[in-house]
Amino acid sequence: MTARIGVVTFPGSLDDRDAQRAVRVSGAEPVALWHGDADLHGVDAVVLPGGFSYGDYLRCGAIARFAPVMQNVIDAAGDGLPVLGICNGFQILCESHLLPGALIRNDVRRFVCRDQWLRIENTDTAWTTQYATGQEILVPLKNGEGGYVADESTLDRLEGEGRVVARYLHDNPNGSYRDIAGISNERGNVVGLMPHPEHAVETLTGPTTDGLGFFASILHGLVSA
Amino acid sequence: MNLHTTDTVKHAESTPDVGQPYAELGLKGDEYARIREILGRRPTSAELAMYSVMWSEHCSYKSSKVHLRQFGDKVPAEAADVLLVGIGENAGVVDVGHGLAVTFKIESHNHPSYVEPYQGAATGVGGIVRDILSMGARPVAVMDPLRFGTADTADTMRVLPGVVAGIGGYGNCLGLPNIGGEVVFDESYNGNPLVNALCVGVMPHDRIQTAHASGVGNLVILFGARTGGDGIGGVSVLASETFDEGGPSKRPSVQVGDPFAEKVLIEACQELFAQRLVIGIQDLGGAGISCATSELASNGDGGMHVWLDRVPLRDHTLAPEEILMSESQERMCAVVEPTQLAGFLDVCEKWDVEATVIGEVIEGGRLTIDWHGERIVDVPPRTVAHEGPVYNRPMVRPADQDALQADEPTAQRLPRPATPAELRATVLTMAASPNLASKAWVTDQYDRYVLGNTVLAQPEDSGVVRIDEETGLGVAVSTDGNGRWCRLDPYLGAQLVLAEAYRNVATTGAKPLAVSDCLNFGSPEDPEVMWQFAEAVRGLADGCQELGTPVTGGNVSFYNQTGETAILPTPVVGVLGVIDDVERRTPMSFADDGDTILLVGDTSDEFGGSEWAHVVHGHLGGRPPKVDFARERQLAEILVAGSRDGMVSAAHDISTGGLVQTLIEMALRSSRGARVFLPDDIDPFVALFSESGGRVVVTVPRSEEVRFADMCIARHVPVTRIGVVDGSSLDVQSLFDIPLAELRMASEATIPQLFDHDATAPAS
Repeated sequence: MTARIGVVTFPGSLDDRDAQRAVRVSGAEPVALWHGDADLHGVDAVVLPGGFSYGDYLRCGAIARFAPVMQNVIDAAGDGLPVLGICNGFQILCESHLLPGALIRNDVRRFVCRDQWLRIENTDTAWTTQYATGQEILVPLKNGEGGYVADESTLDRLEGEGRVVARYLHDNPNGSYRDIAGISNERGNVVGLMPHPEHAVETLTGPTTDGLGFFASILHGLVSA
Repeated sequence: MNLHTTDTVKHAESTPDVGQPYAELGLKGDEYARIREILGRRPTSAELAMYSVMWSEHCSYKSSKVHLRQFGDKVPAEAADVLLVGIGENAGVVDVGHGLAVTFKIESHNHPSYVEPYQGAATGVGGIVRDILSMGARPVAVMDPLRFGTADTADTMRVLPGVVAGIGGYGNCLGLPNIGGEVVFDESYNGNPLVNALCVGVMPHDRIQTAHASGVGNLVILFGARTGGDGIGGVSVLASETFDEGGPSKRPSVQVGDPFAEKVLIEACQELFAQRLVIGIQDLGGAGISCATSELASNGDGGMHVWLDRVPLRDHTLAPEEILMSESQERMCAVVEPTQLAGFLDVCEKWDVEATVIGEVIEGGRLTIDWHGERIVDVPPRTVAHEGPVYNRPMVRPADQDALQADEPTAQRLPRPATPAELRATVLTMAASPNLASKAWVTDQYDRYVLGNTVLAQPEDSGVVRIDEETGLGVAVSTDGNGRWCRLDPYLGAQLVLAEAYRNVATTGAKPLAVSDCLNFGSPEDPEVMWQFAEAVRGLADGCQELGTPVTGGNVSFYNQTGETAILPTPVVGVLGVIDDVERRTPMSFADDGDTILLVGDTSDEFGGSEWAHVVHGHLGGRPPKVDFARERQLAEILVAGSRDGMVSAAHDISTGGLVQTLIEMALRSSRGARVFLPDDIDPFVALFSESGGRVVVTVPRSEEVRFADMCIARHVPVTRIGVVDGSSLDVQSLFDIPLAELRMASEATIPQLFDHDATAPAS
């Protein structure tokens, strides 16, 4: 039996079908979850995809955190369910306080879409076991509010506990503090990532297949569990 | 409470002599007289509002209709094989095989984008997406051909960043990849930028929808956003008048977009179509409810009755005339069987889309509208929607046309670079000029990845998206325009533009199938502009017939002028093609060191309207390059076969800036250099910078060189080996050797230097 990975669709989610495709390409089974769902349909992991949930006319992710499905995600994450938030999903995880810090408007004050080099800093999270520490990967980045910020003590703690999952290489695209592209919670089951690994799963449509590792890590985790 | 006194039909009958502000609403005296004749009385103020907006140039095509007929009269034989829906519906529909159909259309949002760049451009995207949606399709990609005034003027610096942010802000939030378009600068667009938008959608054949209201007793449902005061009169005021200095502010006429509302509308419509809950559907764009109800009724087999007071409002002080004219965005109108109503409302509720029954299909042929129990409209809908005025406007060849064409850019008239050092310097100057420089600063503000099916996007020759993951079936779309060529000869210029868009599609390995056009011109009341328009349409219609690619629809934008000065005549042409397996697509970037570089096609001394004459000499004169459609068709066959058979490793069209610009773009895209040997029998300057049509640079692995050359020879298309992919510079033997880093600096610095100050967009 393969891993069943749920992908939540909020009204305004945009990369939900792309995340489902990435799950499928990695060999797992995608399960569509709806923002109004009262339970998680027994999935083995959850992806909160990119987009503009509910339009994001307030702070990004600020409304989505109150969606019925999110209470289940928050509870399950507390019990160790792997949760990956990509872009808007990362914003929702921060608004839900599953991850510390916040994402603010890019320092360049423009939406940025480009292929971005990242360095994987932590391979112990549920979503990164299939990478090598220090591995450099190239995946698409596309956001308007992707600047990761937190106070100095939080940043120090994240660094000290090895919870910086990925860092921007070469040119920081959005002003994120300490070049942070992704972080995890203490337990390592919840990961937030601003770039889009689900758009790097086929060479036909993405710059590389470097993004597959995030999804393959869940498969691997289940097999070895 | 509404304090407005309702002008009912009864009141109109009893007060025939009341003066009406038809002139302020843009109607001519004889047009107003015709309305009175149709109705047998004076129109009510609501009827006057409807007629005025539907008979505006923008909605009625009254000046262009007599010319646009050629697209139907000269339809190519191939049309029967590919067209499922032709001109007249919201967008044309093309059969691409495997039971799938593709719809695409290009439209203008020029005037609103000048008044309020962010919202104007944003709602331009929203409008064209709803056109595609209303055909029953899922929108899958957008692209935006943009034209601005001189790059380094304050006005362009105001307009461009707002337009780009608006397109990104709306399209990115809608989740549609932006896969192509253009950014062009020319003095003639100062004060009249052209913001065109194209959308492509895909659907199974059996989901194609049309805008018609039939079946007595069926319900008319308005769904989507609420109706507000935005865009009231936008169509007749903004799109049909010229900007005059010192005129009143027209800002309130621009609509404000809500991309989230449109995103849920798209998803709701997909479910409505899948569950077959819709009889007929129409989007609300220009002319709002006036347009949707009159067009649905006019295309149907009965009449329609509307309870206008049931329309959900954002602003309760709106008068009925304003509700009829409002251009509030993100609204659709559907005709639904009563038994399907519950299912329809369920889908809308799932997506939190407000849906309201505002009317029903009735016996007889009238469109009647009530406001709180009183009849305010009673008209034959065809007279509103389809039987508006038609003008055969006077045309005259511009007085300066002969002198312009006689001013050929000969070597005597315009000094040419001759020495290696002069040629090298010219290459760099050209590469850094605004029209040729990299547009990444613009296109990196657009999401090209979303939906996960983008195979090629800008700056590639055409955008290519996969539409079937099982088979790899895909479509390619390219847009092109060239106002300078069209100014020199609108007939030939339009044909050259068509040929280039067609070639761009073939260059990526797709077979060109169909055309959509956006015709941007000055005032039709100026006989010289009208002549340009007529010539361009004639050129396009003839060209489409020769290429076998029917025109499926499009849009006309007149009155792009300030005072007496019109823009360059600028037909923008979109060509759609199909590619059986997107894995076979041909990209523009050099693939491997050692690949052979081939020049396919003939080069002549053709500099009329060229970028070189423009950049170096500020000159516009002579004649545009020749056009040879038979050659274009052969070339397309070669490119498609070369892609399908795996012979070609890269290909890139030669157009603005000539061969050297094509090579620079291929090299920079791949970070691979090239050693180039120019043919001996041609002047190096001409070889490098001429803009002769029908040419493409192709690279092939050495093992495929003979096979590819044989294929060209068999079709009598000249092919010349001009170099090899190698190194990290553009090394044109015995002339110059420019490192890629130097070329990259020239190409990539210009646009950010001009526009990279703090963005003016609202947060998104």
